[in-house]
Amino acid sequence: MSSSAEATAGAAPKDAGSAAVRLTEFVFRIRELGILLALGLLITVTGILEPRFVSADSLRDLAVNAAIIAILAVGQTIVIVTRNIDLSVGSVLGLAAFMAGDVLSNNPGLSLPVVVALGMLLGAACGLLNGVLVTFGRVPALVVTLGTLYIFRGLAFLWTDGRQVNAETLPDSFLNIGTARVAGIPLLAIIALVVVAVVGQCLRDLRSGRELYAIGSNPDAARLAGVRIGRRVTSAFVISGALAGLAGVLFTARFGTVDATAGTGYELTVVAAAVVGGVAIFGGSGSVYGAALGAVLLTCITSSLIVLKVDAFWQQAAIGALLLLAVALDRLVGLRVDAALRQRSSTRAG
Amino acid sequence: MEGGTPIVELRGAVKSYGAVQALRRGDVALRAGEVRGLVGENGAGKSTLVKLLAGVIRLDAGELRVDGEPADFGSPIAARDAGIAVIYQEPTLFPDLSVAENVVMGRHPLGALRRIDRGAMEREVQQLLDRLGVRLDASRPVRGLSIADQQIVEIAKALSFEARILIMDEPTAALSGPEVERLFGVVRTLRERGSAVLFISHRLEEIFAVCATVTVMRDGEVVHDTASADIDADELVRRMVGRDLGAMFPKTETELGDAVLAVHRLTREGVFTDISFEVRAGEIVALAGLVGAGRSEVARAIFGIDRADAGHVEVCGRRLKTGRPLAAMDAGVAFVPEDRREQGLVMDLSILRNATLTRLGALSRFGLLSGSTERSLAAEWAAKLQLKFHRLEDPVDYLSGGNQQKVVLAKWLATEPAVLIIDEPTRGIDVGTKAEVHRLMSELAGQGVAVLMISSELPEVLGMADRVLVMHEGRLAAEIPRSEADEESVMRAATGQAVAA
Repeated sequence: MSSSAEATAGAAPKDAGSAAVRLTEFVFRIRELGILLALGLLITVTGILEPRFVSADSLRDLAVNAAIIAILAVGQTIVIVTRNIDLSVGSVLGLAAFMAGDVLSNNPGLSLPVVVALGMLLGAACGLLNGVLVTFGRVPALVVTLGTLYIFRGLAFLWTDGRQVNAETLPDSFLNIGTARVAGIPLLAIIALVVVAVVGQCLRDLRSGRELYAIGSNPDAARLAGVRIGRRVTSAFVISGALAGLAGVLFTARFGTVDATAGTGYELTVVAAAVVGGVAIFGGSGSVYGAALGAVLLTCITSSLIVLKVDAFWQQAAIGALLLLAVALDRLVGLRVDAALRQRSSTRAG
Repeated sequence: MEGGTPIVELRGAVKSYGAVQALRRGDVALRAGEVRGLVGENGAGKSTLVKLLAGVIRLDAGELRVDGEPADFGSPIAARDAGIAVIYQEPTLFPDLSVAENVVMGRHPLGALRRIDRGAMEREVQQLLDRLGVRLDASRPVRGLSIADQQIVEIAKALSFEARILIMDEPTAALSGPEVERLFGVVRTLRERGSAVLFISHRLEEIFAVCATVTVMRDGEVVHDTASADIDADELVRRMVGRDLGAMFPKTETELGDAVLAVHRLTREGVFTDISFEVRAGEIVALAGLVGAGRSEVARAIFGIDRADAGHVEVCGRRLKTGRPLAAMDAGVAFVPEDRREQGLVMDLSILRNATLTRLGALSRFGLLSGSTERSLAAEWAAKLQLKFHRLEDPVDYLSGGNQQKVVLAKWLATEPAVLIIDEPTRGIDVGTKAEVHRLMSELAGQGVAVLMISSELPEVLGMADRVLVMHEGRLAAEIPRSEADEESVMRAATGQAVAA
């Protein structure tokens, strides 16, 4: 048994292993890059076919449209990372949007931070209900939030009682949020960027943030590691609700006119944005950056298909195809990694 | 080994699951710097003992002491805080997170603003890994690590919170030779640091290589506790299996026919390798071995649930397509899986529906099921198997374990199989029903069915089988005819000791 023979024998499986690692890391990193690439491609192609699409106004419009979905997608990511889902975000947005409009119409003097805080509190309360039912009621999140999707929407209808809030009754200072720009960038987009950055850092750098990933990656191991799963999952729902509340207030500022149907159907777009952005639907991996990029990509596809005068049916189909592509990619990566692992342990054993 | 107060001690521990007493008398003590082996057959109560020490389950009776003081672990966290770490055969890690994060989860080192100090985290964990003498990058994700490396991560985790007791539940079962050596190095390092290690293994040579003391369990009791220098392998095996064989396994003598099931060089990478054997009509062949030896996996591959990487299976001379359970069924193979509740039955469906599931094709006319023929078929089998039930429409969930097993059998016997593969036929079944299941298997063999039985219960293997195939670490270690099979010869082969020629 010469030492060189030993060295080569040891090196082979090691290489196979690190190749698998490289592949995984490559694909994980490529995920966000891939979306950026797709985004760039989409904007370029649409811009060539219809130059007005890449004008400053049009791009700003795109950013504003994406901002609200991106904020919701950030909240959704926090929940999905823990192996749960929040389908009630569209309804929470609707509730908060109407509340903001109603409160401001009646008290035009109310300061803006108070309105935002009210909206987020309302959203957080809705999230708390979701979280408590999921963790202490031990009901699957899919069922709980499907139920509260209808309940919150129903509450919105009860509250509005057929009324709608009109832009005329809202103070200009509030409506300005929807149109204001800072250094040419829409304020809404800046708010969304701040939300993405803050939540992104928290998920990356706080113990509680890492514990969310741990819960989603392996709940049993998380329990053994002393992670308080109930508390963490509940707070994930609370944050998702609060962000939906914020999105609701911004929704009112942007559109001015709000009725009980605001945000209907958003939940699916938001889940799609997160999944397209590389957030694993079974938890444990994915970033809010990816989810936000996913939101931008979905918004961009919709806008570009409208600009190119493509039938509405194809817009839906394009989003669906993108979603399937993203999921297929995840599955493919998973299979490759599993296969590499199995091959590697057998070469070691042999 | 009488020095000092034990760090942790169990006295007269008792634990039952429902009517089954998993642990009848557990006495074990671990002192600083001690490496203790824990041996026993499958089902001897080792895992229950470990779960008690790990805080996963609670004592029904008896005493748990930490540093001489009475203690009660209400949760795994309480056990961890007492300094006990358990390394399970299957590591419990977060595949999506890095090695370093897996080690420090919940206890990340913090920097300014209570933010995680990644640099410090990776440095600390890398130091731990280096101290263990293993080359592993702390910053890489756990996904893709071998079981051996995952165990090292678990050990690093235990060290990071200064565990005084390390319990290793069959850590070497999935490891290759060099990996085992590396693990032993780590165990010795731990001992020198003054930790105590409880080392569970089926490989006796490992017990002798690394343990100073050894505890033997049998049928839920600690039956022997000695220094490993005072006992030899033969004596250890005798202590592990020594019990009387009841005359409750009536394999009747039958004329053996031609080979019905032939397995040729079946291999599934990383699971089992080069498995070849035949089963003749009227023969019962037992596949014995320890948990994790690959027995159930071989059965699953024969039936086509898992795809084999190499080799093939023939039934009555016809080659089966790999990975196609339906093809196996058509060829006359019946498969009664190990886990009735998960794989053998649809728990919410009625007895009737479960019993006829495999015969839907034959029972339907123009694609519609005929209720009356379905009913008469189920009733016929219920009577033949002496099934105890209230109504055929009751969900199988309501039946006892033994009667559930009969429904699974009925389901497959209704297909009139040529080959019956049955995995752990009597696990969790009371003694009376056990005998009935054995009688049934014997009758089937008498009718010319080739039976392949996987069992962890040695008395069952020895009583029922015409031939015993023993698996060890994914390979066939021995083939022992009925006349020569006894507890020692089977255990010896199963624990990887050479069978005396």
